[in-house]
Amino acid sequence: MPTLTIDNQEIKVPAGTRVIEAAKLLGIEIPHYCYHPALSIAGSCRMCLVEIEKFPKLAIACHTVATDGMIVHTNSDKAEHARTSMLEFLLANHPLDCPVCDQAGECKLQQYYMTVGRHNSALLDNKIKKTKARVLGPHVILDSERCILCSRCVRFTAEISKSHELGIFNRGDHSELLNYPGKALDNPYSGNVVDICPVGALTDRDFRFKVRVWYLDSKPSICHGCARGCNIRVDYLRRRFHHNDGKRIARFKPRHNPDVNGHWICDAGRYSYKQLENEDRLLTPQVDGTPGGWDSVLAGAAKAFAGHVSEFGVNSIALITSASLSNEEMFTAQELFGNGLKMEKIAWRIPPGPENKDDDLLIRADKNANSFAAEKIFTSTSRAKDVEEVLAKTEAGKIKAWIVLDADLGPAFGDERIAKAAESLRFSWYLGSYRNATSQACRFVLPSTVFTEKEGTVTNFAGRVQHFPAVVSPLGGALPLLEIFAKLAGRLELPTVETNPARVYQSLGQSFEHFAQPIYAAPTAKAAPTSKVS
Amino acid sequence: MKLVSKNFDVPDSHKLAVCEQNGGYTRIRKALEMEPQTIIDEVIAANLRGLGGAGFPAGRKWSFLPKDNPKPRYLVVNADEGEPGTCKDKYIMTNDPHLLLEGIMIASWAINSHTCFIYIRGEYVKQAKILEAAIAEAKAAGYLGDKMFGKDFPLEVVVHRGAGAYICGEETSLLNSLEGKRGWPRLKPPFPAVEGYLACPTIVNNVETISYVPWVIELGGEKFASLGSERNGGMRLYSVSGCVKKPGVYELPLGTNLKDIIFEHAGGLFEGRRLKAVIPGGSSSPVLTPDEIDLPMDFDSLAAAGSMLGSAGIIVLDDTINLVEALAVLARFYAHESCGQCTPCREGTGWMRKILDRIVAEGGRSVDPANLERIAKNIIGNSICPLGEAASLPVIGFAAKFPEEFAEYVARGETAKPSTTAVAAVI
Ligand SMILES: Cc1cc2nc3c(=O)[nH]c(=O)nc-3n(C[C@H](O)[C@H](O)[C@H](O)COP(=O)(O)O)c2cc1C
Ligand code: SF4
Ligand code: SF4
Ligand code: FES
Repeated sequence: MPTLTIDNQEIKVPAGTRVIEAAKLLGIEIPHYCYHPALSIAGSCRMCLVEIEKFPKLAIACHTVATDGMIVHTNSDKAEHARTSMLEFLLANHPLDCPVCDQAGECKLQQYYMTVGRHNSALLDNKIKKTKARVLGPHVILDSERCILCSRCVRFTAEISKSHELGIFNRGDHSELLNYPGKALDNPYSGNVVDICPVGALTDRDFRFKVRVWYLDSKPSICHGCARGCNIRVDYLRRRFHHNDGKRIARFKPRHNPDVNGHWICDAGRYSYKQLENEDRLLTPQVDGTPGGWDSVLAGAAKAFAGHVSEFGVNSIALITSASLSNEEMFTAQELFGNGLKMEKIAWRIPPGPENKDDDLLIRADKNANSFAAEKIFTSTSRAKDVEEVLAKTEAGKIKAWIVLDADLGPAFGDERIAKAAESLRFSWYLGSYRNATSQACRFVLPSTVFTEKEGTVTNFAGRVQHFPAVVSPLGGALPLLEIFAKLAGRLELPTVETNPARVYQSLGQSFEHFAQPIYAAPTAKAAPTSKVS
Repeated sequence: MKLVSKNFDVPDSHKLAVCEQNGGYTRIRKALEMEPQTIIDEVIAANLRGLGGAGFPAGRKWSFLPKDNPKPRYLVVNADEGEPGTCKDKYIMTNDPHLLLEGIMIASWAINSHTCFIYIRGEYVKQAKILEAAIAEAKAAGYLGDKMFGKDFPLEVVVHRGAGAYICGEETSLLNSLEGKRGWPRLKPPFPAVEGYLACPTIVNNVETISYVPWVIELGGEKFASLGSERNGGMRLYSVSGCVKKPGVYELPLGTNLKDIIFEHAGGLFEGRRLKAVIPGGSSSPVLTPDEIDLPMDFDSLAAAGSMLGSAGIIVLDDTINLVEALAVLARFYAHESCGQCTPCREGTGWMRKILDRIVAEGGRSVDPANLERIAKNIIGNSICPLGEAASLPVIGFAAKFPEEFAEYVARGETAKPSTTAVAAVI
């Protein structure tokens, strides 16, 4: 454990720690471009030069290993001069097209120019022309003139996605980051190169020209794309919706969590935000396809339910639930339908299709966000856990009614089979967010919010419970599922249902040991800071 | 006295039989009777410096090999010879390839390496063929291959041709290229002696350095050392080019006076010409004025004079040479050869080239000389490998020592163009 001094502060670090990381522990950010903690060290941008006593020249903090007694100055005249010089070099051939660059506002060139640059241009000669607007793959577009050749993207595709699409070609100031001839940047993680590109060379084709980043607010969240539960940052607009095709949510970005997703997310998760406000969202309650007010539709739904139960008994009804509901929603559903109404058929299991496989980075075959909790919470009372079984029993006439919680059965079982099975039903409710074959097959449709419009927790495949806040308000007439449950309970004259997720989680913890750990911030505590992409 | 160049003028000196008639392969036989450590000690005592450019003592480099590393060790001979003004290695490989092979055998025995790569400049097609032929002859004679002179010591020598990049002469870039990777220099540490070819301990030495090893064995370290100057043992090949009557490669003791090399050995200047400048150690070494050339050509004396012995490629420039144009040629070379990996060298060499090209084409601006110097100084010490420095030192040297040549261009440019401040304001 060497002890070193950085800017007059002593710190003890594990052997092998690089100076840049040691400084980080002291809260000192040494400007850097090519260094990324999850990638191998390139040492090529030379932005992190610092002065180390007894060294013959400046040393790069990203490669130099901290040793005992080392004395580092990150802000000496020499170090500052070197940094400004490196920035001047990097800008010498840079097009300075910030006004039309999507990276503006979150660009490390802009940032360091303001903090450590501020030199006047000494350039009297022309800049070098390079490739502009080259589409690299389905998600990423390249402006080679903006590239500072830090090689982060090259190392990402070599070391993380292991797909090897990118390389640096030519020499000297004609060096250029490009894709290998005939090879598109098309891998399940390609969007990450946009995040790690410190400048506007690699931009997201999807986000491009939609909105200036300074109009965005951010909240931390959890991706619901699969059972991994990658930590994300939701960037959204609070005003000026005309900037983003009228949508509030502009993008998902990965949020660093070493225990879950490291620095990355997959493309499927990254672009899953698009459906959150698409035209398939259910925005008003409906009966038999006709929109109605909440009151009248709820009244009809409750009446149908009560009539059915008195005629056929509760055991003729199946609850079919998505395994992506929050822990709180699952627990409330279990309390309401399982323990309260004594329904025995609660099904959530749909085996992943053959196209879905675990990979060795993040992606899980299970595309549900919360199968872990479903297994814990519903298993105790349910006697029909597989959706296939419920379908078969419906087709055999044994199940005569469905209550569907945000589960689209079409992709797994085929739209026609669902429509046909539903025809035989005496009554059906669909509580969910999107119009699909299942919602269209159900009589009463009650629109619920998506995860960015509600607060809750989900449990990933490894059992990790993770919290997500409501980022934006409910779209249209949609309501959080907990509130719909409460309204239904009222109509059915059942005990009151708690709608505050934090309090539901508390009860959940009392019933299930796994959820006993506190997750919600104590009421007075400040919200956890949103970590930025490094 | 001649050592390495002794057989250069012997007809068919590249053939094994001719070479053996002239003393070839006697030193390796002697060396095989010696303990490897004894050989290393002799090389240290000989003060044999690395003749590729940096002048690092060869014996000391060999002793840096880790003793406890179980991985194989490699010897890599640097035959990339890319430094402008330098052509000595080519002479050795053309005229006495077996001398180089003998040196390789002794060095391999000394450092316990069984594979040697000769990384040869791509343009040296003829030399690569000569080396291949020499290796085949040595193999057929039982000097190389499974056994070396009957001793249970296998040694393979592989000729690997480069593809024409100056930067691949830099040892770590060379190793990357040898491994089939892009020729980008590596970060140090680790140094090649610890982690080199395929991350195994590797010694990289220049052709000339290795070719002197047989002579260290023949003469003994102490005798060899005494031929040169203090801490600069033996002799070396000086490549003299430019404005002299007899350009060529001259083998002389280390420490020979530069003035004597130019005026006696290389025949002096052409009639009626005046000496303007001398680049003493390959294009990367800072230029000397005529007043500064009365000095011994060894590593330490040139360093003391603010220049470098480098590859000992002496470029003589007389009063017919326009130094700004000469500097522009150099700037173009370095900008073209910068590998582009690190920021200061990639951007700085290109920028200096642009400025110098513009000065030559349309005259300079008053800010140009200072800006050139500033750019050069911002590269120095901040790049990954020494190419950045090599590109900058000439600029600083020329600008500082020959300001009047720049002033002429600036005067021309400033009268022809709007003032630079006006241009800068527009930009
Ligand atoms: C840009 C650059 C080019 C170089 N080119 C050569 C070369 O062509 N031949 C060479 O022997 N050494 C060259 N060197 C020096 C090598 O890096 C290395 O120091 C040398 O091969 C070591 O051998 P020595 O100790 O026998 O001199 C070059 C260095 C740099 C920085
Ligand atoms: S495109 Fe971006 S990440 Fe890739 S080398 Fe250029 S600046 Fe770095
Ligand atoms: S100094 Fe020049 S040649 Fe050396 S690594 Fe940097 S860019 Fe490449
Ligand atoms: S961050 Fe250290 S050299 Fe780029």
